[in-house]
Parts: sequence; structure tokens; C-alpha cells
Amino acid sequence: MKTKNKIITEHLVLQYSDGTESLKDISLNIPENSISVLFGPAGGGKSTYLRVLNRLNDLANVTKVAGKVQLCSESGDCLDILDPNLDVTSLRRRVGMVFARPVVLPMSIRQNLTYGLEIAGERNRNRLNEAVERSLKQAALWEEVQDRLDDPAVDLSGGQQQRLCIARSLALEPEVLLLDEPTSGLDPISTGKVEASLQELKKSYTIILVPHSVQQAARAADYAAFFLQGELIEYAPGKKIFTNPAVQRTADYVEGRFG
Amino acid sequence: MQIPKFNSESIITAIIKIIGYSAILFVGLIFYFLLSEGLPAIIEVPLSEFLQTRWYPIEDYYGILPLLVGSLVVTIGALIIAVPLGLLTAIYIAEVASRQTKEILKPLVELLGGFPSVVLGFLGLLILSQYLREIMNLPTGLSALTGSLILAGIAIPAIVSISEDALDAVPQSYRDASLALGATEWQTIWWVTLPAAKSGVLTAIMLGIGRAIGETMVVLMVTGNAPMMPTGLDTLFNPTRTMTATIAAEMGEVANGSTHYHVLFFIGIVLFIITLIVNVTASTFVFRRKKRSERILS
Repeated sequence: MKTKNKIITEHLVLQYSDGTESLKDISLNIPENSISVLFGPAGGGKSTYLRVLNRLNDLANVTKVAGKVQLCSESGDCLDILDPNLDVTSLRRRVGMVFARPVVLPMSIRQNLTYGLEIAGERNRNRLNEAVERSLKQAALWEEVQDRLDDPAVDLSGGQQQRLCIARSLALEPEVLLLDEPTSGLDPISTGKVEASLQELKKSYTIILVPHSVQQAARAADYAAFFLQGELIEYAPGKKIFTNPAVQRTADYVEGRFG
Repeated sequence: MQIPKFNSESIITAIIKIIGYSAILFVGLIFYFLLSEGLPAIIEVPLSEFLQTRWYPIEDYYGILPLLVGSLVVTIGALIIAVPLGLLTAIYIAEVASRQTKEILKPLVELLGGFPSVVLGFLGLLILSQYLREIMNLPTGLSALTGSLILAGIAIPAIVSISEDALDAVPQSYRDASLALGATEWQTIWWVTLPAAKSGVLTAIMLGIGRAIGETMVVLMVTGNAPMMPTGLDTLFNPTRTMTATIAAEMGEVANGSTHYHVLFFIGIVLFIITLIVNVTASTFVFRRKKRSERILS
């Protein structure tokens, strides 16, 4: 399978202000229109890496970021994500993110979806309504909420809220979707719905997923990266890493023999 | 072993109960006293007389309208200054300032809130009113505007402190979610953080109103104390008199049990009703906030 790389990471190092090195020399290429899974024990740097990709770490206590991270578009132009002069708001429109706990904004369902577009300057009612319908359908939520779009979003169930958060990111039509344990608070049925919609979404988006279990990693992964204490131990197609990993430590973790 | 434990428990319970009930009793007594002294005024002075615009108790003119309007003018003036300033200060402290700045500013603002109002009144009387008289070329610096400015200084710390707490209580995840959608920091504050903290911010404003309208010493010192009926916008630059200042200034001189005495208590009832309305409105917002946070957590 020959694919183009969407995100190119070379020798990325990141250090928090308390001295802990969260990412140690990470080199990782994320192919487009696929699901790349970042897995490993907690504190391994998975979330930190995600937050580098949309520069959400800007607000955290990060003292040092070095290396090269690029976001490449269809035409082959590559954008330097770590550039200090970068317009981060337009980067964040290209790289959407969904968090572990569903965060619905204190507004109606519809407003949650149009928020990103409206602050980007979209005023056209028809286009906003189209975006609402399209993103809700993509996140497999349209059937459940289509007749109560103006209800407060907090009234939705946990699973619906998380799918609303996914839809909210999709409404902006990003190129990359970052998902940080999106199903950690969900029941198995909602988890199934979210995973099914991810398989649909990867046809048009590049998805980077931090799964909440190795099982989910194995189910979803086209490519999988094993993070351990800030190091990238192994990065390979999902089939290979979960059946025949090259590194012993990966094998130990995947088979649950890890301390 | 069980019997002494039972005894000490019941004694403590009884003490707490007595203290709790006595608080209610005191409030009840104050309320009873206020009503019993103030209500005779309605019989002694016809209602139409109260709605007159002349307050001159020595000649039996009991029009409380200028006092009521004076209170409202000074309070609203104070709020027009205090609400935007206080809110923006709270936003700065909660959302923009660095950790260090925040740790200096927040206690400083709260310290300002602990200032005795008589000290602020003193500053208003000696410095602010002189200054206003000179730069605006007024006959006197003791005016509704001076009162509003000093009252704003009293209301701002309350507004800043409580709305900063409310903004601070908004989960970081809200801001992350908004930023991740490409919002700038200011858009996030305006569209997400502030609406999420709305009930706390409204409570802060209500409490600011409560402090401003109930304040006595400052307005007594700096507003000039002339019970004049406002005629136009120039009211702001004329001396005025509030309900609280009237009670404070005249209560010491009045004959016990006279009509004037009852009318002063009646003004107290009016003031009580106004602050009651403000406080009830504020507490419904607090109550609503509790219910909503329960819903978010469930």
C-alpha cells in the first residue's frame, strides 16, 4: 500500500517546565486517510504528542520543544507546525481534536456545531445548516437528535455528547482528526458506534487515535505506534504490531505481560 | 460507654439548635420592630403625600420620592462604572494574567473590599470632590457623581472577587475544546467561558447592587445631602440625598414616636424591600447554578 504522509515528525523532543521529558526524539510519519493508533501505558507521551499537532501545548507549562513537525496538504505543500509565528487558529481548523471526556459547550446542540464555523466567519444560514446535518450524519448522531437541535447539548447522554464532540470537529472539515481516548467514558454500544463511524471517516480524514485499551487499538489500527515513557518503541502497520511485533517490549505489552 | 456519648451528642445538638434558632429569632425581631415602627406612618401620612417631591419633615412634607430617586441615581451611576470595570478586571485576573500577577492582584482587590467605607468616604470628601469641582467647574464637588464614583469603588471588589471565582470554576476542558476548534483566546472568553460562568457573574453583580444601595456612610459624606427632585441629566452634578443617608442623618434628631420618626422607619421598610428583591433575585441565580452543575455531573 503506497500512501502519502499527512504528518511528518522528525526528532521531536518536548520538555515540561517541571523537568520531565515527555517526548524523547520521536520520529513518526502519519499516512493520510488511515487510522493511526498511539498506544502504551499512561504517561507515555501519547496525549502530549497529540497536543503538539494542534499546538494546544502552547498554554501548558512546556519549556522546550525541538525537532520538526510538518502538516502536509493534498498538493504536497508542508506547513511547519512548530513555527512560532504560525497562525494557530487556522492550524486548529485543519487539525481537529476530540477529548477523553466529552466537553459540550454550554449552548444548544446546533450552536455547538456551528460555533467553530461562526467564529471562523461563516454567516450563511444555509451553509451552517448543511454543515450541521453533514457532521451529525458523519458522527452517526443525526437520527437521534435531528428533531431537537435547539435543545441544550448537556441534555444528551454521555455517548451522544461524545459523538456531538466528534461532529463538532467534523463541522470544520479538518484534514486531521485527533482523538484522545474518545470512548473511555462510554458504554460498549456507544463505543461500537463511535468506532464504526471512525472506519467511515478515515476515507476522507486522517485520524490519529489514542485508544483506551489494547483491544480497541488492535480493532481500529491501520498503523500503530507503541509509546513507552516518552519514547517511540515501535511503529508499524497494525496487523504486524499486534500479531508479530519486532520489539520484545511491544510484545510484552500487547500480550498483557507488562508490569 | 454508650450513655455518656449519647449525652454529649444531645447536648451539642441542643446548643447548635439554639444558636441556629436564635439567629432566625433575631432577624424576626428586627423585622417585627421595623414593621411596628414603620407601618404607623401609612396611617399618619396619606400615601399620596409620600409620592410628593418635597422632603421637608419640619413642616410636615414627607415626599420620599426625591430620596428614592436619589438612591437609584447614585446606585445606577455606581453600577454603570463598576460592572464593566469589575467584570473586565475579573476576566483579566482569571483568564489573561500570569500566575504571578494573579497571585498579587486577587488579594489586593480583596483587600480593597475590606476597606472601611468611612475611609473611602473621607477620600471622596477631601480629594475626589475637590478635584471634580475644579475640573468640571461646579459650585460644589459634593454630588451624585461623586457618590457614584466612590460607591463604584466599594462595589468593584465584590464584583471582581465573586465573578473571578465563577470564571475560575469553569473547567479548563471547556477552554481547550473551544481553542481546539480554532477560537482565539478572546473568542473563547466571550463565547464559552463567560456564558459558562454566567450565573456566578450575575450573582456578583447583584451583590454589588446590594452593597451599593445599602451603603450609608459614603453617601452621607460625599453626596451633599440635599433632597432635591431630579429634573434632568444635570442631577448627576447636583447634590442629592439617598434613603440611607436620610435615615442616618435624621434619626438622631427626631422625637421618639413622632410622625417623622415613623416615616424614617417606613423608609427603612422601602429600603428593606429593595434589597430583599435584589437578594432574592441573586439567590435564584445561585440556586439555578447549583441545579445546572448537578445536571452536568450526572
